[in-house]
Amino acid sequence: MSGNASAVRGAPSSTKRSRCKLLHPPASGGVLMLSLWLNVLASGVLIGLVYGLVALGLTIIFGVMRVVNFAHGEMVVFGVYIGYWTVRIWDIPIIAAAAIAAVIMFLFGYLLEALVVKRFVNRPHHYQFIVFIGLSLLFSGVLLVSFGPDPRPTASQLSFQTVAVGPLTLDWARIQAALTAGVLIAALSAYLKYSAFGRSLRAAANNRLGGLVVGLNIPRVYAVTFGIGSACAGVAGALISPLFDAQPYLAVDFTLLAFVTVIVGGLGSFGGALLGGLTIGVAEAVAALMFTPSMKTALPYALLIIILILRPRGFFGAKEV
Amino acid sequence: MQKKFDQTSDPKRWGAGVLVFAILAMVGSISNAYIISLLTVVLLFAFMGQSWNLMLGIGGQLSIGHALFVGIGAYSVAILNIKYGITPWIGLILGAAIAGLIGAVLAWLSFRFEVRGIYFALLTIAAAEFARIMFGGWDYVGGMQGLFFQAPTGSMDLAMLRGDTRFYYFVALTLAAIGVAGTEMISRSYLGYVWRAMRDDDDAARALGVQTFRHKILVISISAATAAIGGGVLGLVQGAIFPDSIMGMGISVDVLIGPVVGGLGTAFGPLVGSMAAIPLHHAMGALGDSFGIPGLNSIAYGAVLILVVWFLPDGIWPAVVRLYGAIQLPARVRISKLQEVENDRAA
Repeated sequence: MSGNASAVRGAPSSTKRSRCKLLHPPASGGVLMLSLWLNVLASGVLIGLVYGLVALGLTIIFGVMRVVNFAHGEMVVFGVYIGYWTVRIWDIPIIAAAAIAAVIMFLFGYLLEALVVKRFVNRPHHYQFIVFIGLSLLFSGVLLVSFGPDPRPTASQLSFQTVAVGPLTLDWARIQAALTAGVLIAALSAYLKYSAFGRSLRAAANNRLGGLVVGLNIPRVYAVTFGIGSACAGVAGALISPLFDAQPYLAVDFTLLAFVTVIVGGLGSFGGALLGGLTIGVAEAVAALMFTPSMKTALPYALLIIILILRPRGFFGAKEV
Repeated sequence: MQKKFDQTSDPKRWGAGVLVFAILAMVGSISNAYIISLLTVVLLFAFMGQSWNLMLGIGGQLSIGHALFVGIGAYSVAILNIKYGITPWIGLILGAAIAGLIGAVLAWLSFRFEVRGIYFALLTIAAAEFARIMFGGWDYVGGMQGLFFQAPTGSMDLAMLRGDTRFYYFVALTLAAIGVAGTEMISRSYLGYVWRAMRDDDDAARALGVQTFRHKILVISISAATAAIGGGVLGLVQGAIFPDSIMGMGISVDVLIGPVVGGLGTAFGPLVGSMAAIPLHHAMGALGDSFGIPGLNSIAYGAVLILVVWFLPDGIWPAVVRLYGAIQLPARVRISKLQEVENDRAA
């Protein structure tokens, strides 16, 4: 692990493309500053929706099972590679790639919970944390062994298409990713609110023992929950695969980013995950514009420290941990 | 976690400790340079693992950002020594003081609002990553290019802490011995009992009149200060420090793997665990390099962590102690011991 640390650790969203665009804004004079700011804010909001989806996966797992998935970033990177390979081999639209990633990562999460995680659910927090650190190391090792350390620039044509809306010039890939993420977040919350499974999931989250007493199949609920959480991470990864070069070292950044997002919003809260994602997305984009790029990477952590100090349970955090 | 271990009588334990370190000293005198430099790293991580162990295994506070304290120790030694030619001894003391202060501030900030458990662990990661990025962008401390110590001349200089690999081996060995003895003494002292009470049940300890808030700050700042001392020496041994290599998540994992594998809350655990895990990490890394497969070391670490928590949740050392006890005790004594345990449970 210490060897990995020297590798590239660019912030997830510091793509060359977006930076170039900032250097050559489309207008001039005072309008230039305004349109620059609008562009930055818009791209922050768009990527923020995807961060929200990643965070949703983490928060749903925590909310129901009370475990913190330290390997979440690796799951996002699995999604990035699924997006990269499916688009490269079959040349399918990114939405289809995201659907494939959803299926694969759901099965992966389901099996992981049923085979490994389940054994640690009732252990003390620090044991769980250590197991998940182990899983995260294991997965990042598997990613390195399978794909090598070198970044793979995306092959998709999508990466180079832009859309002009009034003063805004936006990546088409970013818009698609944000829309899909937004729709998914809405659909998932509706599903969990109104479906029978959603009720049993919320019951399990609310009171595990009570759920068992009324005859809920808690192990299955947990496995499906973990599957849904992993699928969220995988879909988000596939959606952003046109925006980032696929490489294993992205995983640490995504894990920490997901933690920051979730904590800013409050662990275990849906609306919080979304709000946290948007906050982090916009804050990152603004920091990159106002300060140096390294500040941009540091900002989420600074924000996390400030939030943890001022409002320890986030905007909408669960009361009990 | 602690109870099995405490049954062994005191002189025996000290004797065993002295014996282990005597053997390690002999190993250091006869081995070749590669083994010595590997063992130096192992012993340093055993010492830093000891400080982490103090915090989680005895104090009950999980930190996943110990790299922060390690890095602060390394940087204060490096800055004072490289930029101003001041002896590393001063750097070590200063680094320990700064790290202890930062640890205390982090603890104060978070426990003031009852930020416990997971949130505190996440706060430690956030602080470590924040510091890593800040140091990477700070030109005065070398930024991402890092800081380089002058190449050692080979002659031993205790005042400036310079010497060959064997010299550093004995420095690390001394630290590891201090770590084991210190943990042993602390865990038998008043503080040890208070901290373990706090670990096992915070609210109950508070109800009994323990000021857990102060004690958490104390245990975290002691842990941070000792980790910084280990980090200072680690920087000297490596000869160069970079934010990513001395403050990255990798260091935090290297620090915690020893106590987890060896046995949380025990005096010997971190040493045993580091001896088992870190050479494995290096061996798998070397294997991966020679076959051109990066990532093998990461897989090995991950698998070890999962398997240990799965099958030996107490770690290797308590398992060894149990085995030793089972061989040692004659059957009758064993039965009476069993009865004692049963009675304890019934009571």
